[in-house]
Amino acid sequence: MELAIISGKGGTGKSSISAAFATLEKNVLLADCDVDAANLHIIFNPTHEEEEVYIAGQTAIIDYTICTNCGICKDYCRFDAIHFVNNRIEISETTCDGCQLCSRVCPCEAITMVDNDKSRMYSGTFRNGKMVYGRLAPGEENSGKLVNMVRAKVKAIAKSNGLNNIIIDGPPGIGCAAISSITGVNNVLVVTEPTLSGLHDLERTLELVTKFNLKAWVLINKFDLNPDMSLQIEKRCANLGIDIAGKLPFEPVFVDAMVNCKSVLEWAPESAISKELKLIWSRINAPQA
Amino acid sequence: MTNIKPIKIAIASGKGGTGKTLLSTNLFYTLQKNNHEVTLVDCDAEEPNDTIFFSGTHQNTIDVTIRVPIIDESKCTFCVKCHEYCSYKAIFIIPPSKIIKVMEDLCHGCGACTYACEFGAITEKDVSLGKVNTFSITDKTNIIETRMRVGVYSPIPIIKRGINEAGNNHIVLFDSPPGTSCSFIQTVNKADYVLLVTEPTPFGLSDLKQSVEIIKTMNKPYGVVINRAGLGDDKVHQYLKENGIPLLLEIPFDKEIAASYSKGEIVAESKPELQEQLLKIFNEINQKYGVSNN
Repeated sequence: MELAIISGKGGTGKSSISAAFATLEKNVLLADCDVDAANLHIIFNPTHEEEEVYIAGQTAIIDYTICTNCGICKDYCRFDAIHFVNNRIEISETTCDGCQLCSRVCPCEAITMVDNDKSRMYSGTFRNGKMVYGRLAPGEENSGKLVNMVRAKVKAIAKSNGLNNIIIDGPPGIGCAAISSITGVNNVLVVTEPTLSGLHDLERTLELVTKFNLKAWVLINKFDLNPDMSLQIEKRCANLGIDIAGKLPFEPVFVDAMVNCKSVLEWAPESAISKELKLIWSRINAPQA
Repeated sequence: MTNIKPIKIAIASGKGGTGKTLLSTNLFYTLQKNNHEVTLVDCDAEEPNDTIFFSGTHQNTIDVTIRVPIIDESKCTFCVKCHEYCSYKAIFIIPPSKIIKVMEDLCHGCGACTYACEFGAITEKDVSLGKVNTFSITDKTNIIETRMRVGVYSPIPIIKRGINEAGNNHIVLFDSPPGTSCSFIQTVNKADYVLLVTEPTPFGLSDLKQSVEIIKTMNKPYGVVINRAGLGDDKVHQYLKENGIPLLLEIPFDKEIAASYSKGEIVAESKPELQEQLLKIFNEINQKYGVSNN
């Protein structure tokens, strides 16, 4: 089974919950698809058996020994990345989208494209199975392509190692990276919290999951911080026909576990929260009617 | 009242859910209460939430669009040039079968295909990516909300438009999207100062380090606010100390704050001490990094 854990809103507890699930059964395959802020390697300290370069598009560079400062490139750029700065034409590296049009229109061929090659994908072994994670270099477009690369690697490792339990820790938001994290999985677990922001983000996230015809579950984390809001979320899900996978109380033991580089199941296996997480896991994994 | 200079402050964090929106909305509230002219831009176009905390009057909505190609198959010679010029693999073509299709989801609207076509087969149409909504909260304060359509791949054009709408001549706060990718850079790039919000946990620290690294290369002045202080460990404090990074404020972990925030309340409203702290931080930042008119 392939389970993706996402949340519209950040900081709802995706990674801590992913870590817990990754230590529930033996021989799991864990994918950290929050490539913009990958964190699970902190808890699991996996080996780096393989490192692969991810090319996150290109950036246009002007060769000033050739450039005549004509400004034609500026007229064609639709990303507002080219400007005259102190009477010299300049391309903003952070704004350039890498479309290459400037390089094509330049009459003196003064513009070349260079690969953005700072991002990486790592795969290796951790104490409970195999792990793949991406690290997007700061400032790169979080396009979901690195997530796709992680997912492809996961597929290959699953096949060659006969691993069936795949857990995907997804990114916050509902953009391209989130879409890439959930496409084709069996179950999507949306972790939310009982806040107005949480509810608002949950609605947008469920809209996305439904759009892709995937089985969605909702987990309300820290539900006791606002039981009324939690109830409101439950009702909303009932109206939408979305199953609640479970509710977890606010529990500092989650943070203690993280500080000690353990999942909550490893740190406090007998705690109420660990037991509830096991229940949630079996609910999601039960054969569906 | 001291002399306030125009300034743009980005409230950012590598990790999601650290308290960007909490800090942004409370700072906005505090400045509003002190009679300042201020605009809050909600740059988290994937999941905008700032308007939950304030009631305002809708002023206007801008539809943010990109120009996507339309191919006239009767003029198309299937020469493949548009496909070759497209850096986003958004034009699907099988010349022998005379099949050509634009995948609008992948298109960035750069115009390269239109430039490439020598047969006048490509025209363009506007496709909506999302909206920029402006709300006036008081006569001196506004919230500009960027809101991406669900299913759209990139929020960048919407964020840029929202930031441009805010103008230059007063106090502007940017509630940034999480992470350190392109959308974060687009927001921080336009700021005079960056407030980084973190939490004292290993995940918080790891993401903080990544944010600091990129902000340094952008040469932006910055300071750190620790939210949920008291949880976790002291490694964030150690890191700030060792690297001489200013710690501006610690907001303690408090179930009362969490519960109040969860209802869409402004925590500072019932906590005057938080207002005082935020105002003090703001004034110091403004004196040092505000933009002088002369």
